[in-house]
Amino acid sequence: MSVQTERADTVPAAGVRKSDASPPGDGAHRTRRRGGASAPYLLLLPALAATAVLLGWPLVKNGMLSFQNLNPRQLILHLTEWNGIDNYQEVLTGSDFWKVVGRSVVFTAANVALIMVLGTLVGLLLARLGRRMRVTLMLGLVLAWAMPVIAATTVYQWLFASRFGVVNWLLDKLGWHSMAEYNWLGTQFSTFSVVTLLIVWQSIPFVAINLYAATTTIPKELYEAASLDGADAWKSFASVTFPFLRPFLWATTFLEIIWVFKAFPQIFAMNEGGPNRLTETLPIYAFVEGVGNQHYGMGAAISFLTILVLLALTAYYLRTVLKQEEDEL
Amino acid sequence: MKRSLIGRLWPNATAVVLFVVFAFPVYWMFATAFKPTGDIIAEDPVFFPTDATLEHFKEAVNADHFWTLVGNSVTVTVVSVLLSLVIALLASFALARMRFKGRRGFILTFMIAQMAPWEVMVIAIYMIVRDADLLNSLVSLTFFYMVMVLPFTILTLRGYVAAVPKELEESAMVDGCTRTQAFTKVIFPLLAPGLMATSLFGFITAWNEFPMVLILNKNAEAQTLPLWLSSFQTTFGDDWGATMAAASLFAVPILILFVFLQRKAVSGLVSGAVKG
Repeated sequence: MSVQTERADTVPAAGVRKSDASPPGDGAHRTRRRGGASAPYLLLLPALAATAVLLGWPLVKNGMLSFQNLNPRQLILHLTEWNGIDNYQEVLTGSDFWKVVGRSVVFTAANVALIMVLGTLVGLLLARLGRRMRVTLMLGLVLAWAMPVIAATTVYQWLFASRFGVVNWLLDKLGWHSMAEYNWLGTQFSTFSVVTLLIVWQSIPFVAINLYAATTTIPKELYEAASLDGADAWKSFASVTFPFLRPFLWATTFLEIIWVFKAFPQIFAMNEGGPNRLTETLPIYAFVEGVGNQHYGMGAAISFLTILVLLALTAYYLRTVLKQEEDEL
Repeated sequence: MKRSLIGRLWPNATAVVLFVVFAFPVYWMFATAFKPTGDIIAEDPVFFPTDATLEHFKEAVNADHFWTLVGNSVTVTVVSVLLSLVIALLASFALARMRFKGRRGFILTFMIAQMAPWEVMVIAIYMIVRDADLLNSLVSLTFFYMVMVLPFTILTLRGYVAAVPKELEESAMVDGCTRTQAFTKVIFPLLAPGLMATSLFGFITAWNEFPMVLILNKNAEAQTLPLWLSSFQTTFGDDWGATMAAASLFAVPILILFVFLQRKAVSGLVSGAVKG
């Protein structure tokens, strides 16, 4: 009941509420409680403290390292040698960095597009299937979803192994004889193809199963109303299903962008960013430069820039979330 | 008539094809792990192994430190996920139910924290952990994994808490419960699916983590299974039977956990994401 009244007056009175520390009406018994004002901050304290210490501190440290000349010598001897913006200058003026940025963006875009489109289609298919068939397909999806990344990557290496790999065998049988002993990890494009297949295969289940579950919560009346208005299958999808699923699709796209952009073990364990460093995306590039080649300061600078790129990619979503939050509660 | 038959046929046919596509790699992992080596390197792949062998599993289990690493992985994963659940529950309750200054800022903080590229911060983390004299310990790993899964846990749990009708809490309070009691007696039981869903994703993340332990714990006895699996593969090279046995051993706990918790996880995730 109180939810009704609150919802009703939230929208018009939003401005008033923001400036007023103790909202009238439903806040009555809330303000009576002791310590009401500090309660949320106390509840948030452990989470904030843990995040500040274990995430914030490494971030700050990372920022500081990025302005240092830090190589194995300095690391072992505990030396601090500041070198200003040299690291950034070197990274940003080199051609490698921008190539990697472009590659990371294209890679992320391609994977997320495939995941969202195919995942949605599989989800809608789940909604159309009979019970038995649906459970069967779900089982397949869940198996793929649950495979730990490192295990999945290992399995894909075996599937695509040049000798005795089942994919090459199949392609050979299908008449593509030049593929009989094809080395998938030998070129940039083929390596990315295998990685993309792996990532899309593992990510579709999350989108599909959740999307299917979301469709089951759509009120049937909406479809009835649509069909009364003479809507065909496509129209009822466009006017009922899609608008209902939009918040879900929106949030999922955002999550997938983050996950794909940060994908590390899939690429690293597959071929360590090879051949010839051609499949290094930003996280791999930072790791290989920083840890692998022991240019720790440089690596820190690249990782800081990586964070900026990630923020840029997700800025639009973060902005909409912020706007949305204003209207909530 | 004919049309409706086709109309009913194609979704089912597609579903069968998709089932094979999704399940095959998992099947192939197990099948290879049980196959005798002769079958693995046959010119034509053996799709249905007839004489299964446990030889590859023995090889994997007898590899150096296997059981120590199992213990390490389980400890680090379970402790870090439980810790993050407790902390996240408190935070998500505040974010879902209370109105206070800076609320949006906190949500944004956790959203950005969720994007943290841990892989690229390993150098800074290495130096911090080294200066705290905690290299080669499970403590530092546990705490870092906890924070790694914390933002996702908070944001998802917040959805679950918001999905519990406010009236339940309020009527409990009218009946004389304090807010804390209303939470523990009324809200908490309703959050069970949400806790399972979020812990599931936490488990997967922590169980899988790889770059950080690679840098922090060089000492073989302080490592975890993902490292073991990746180094196992380097050591055993083209011995796909042993490698697939190792991968199976690594994957099985999560597969079991997932199949049990999946349904609850999904229903909860949706109620969290599709609101408003």
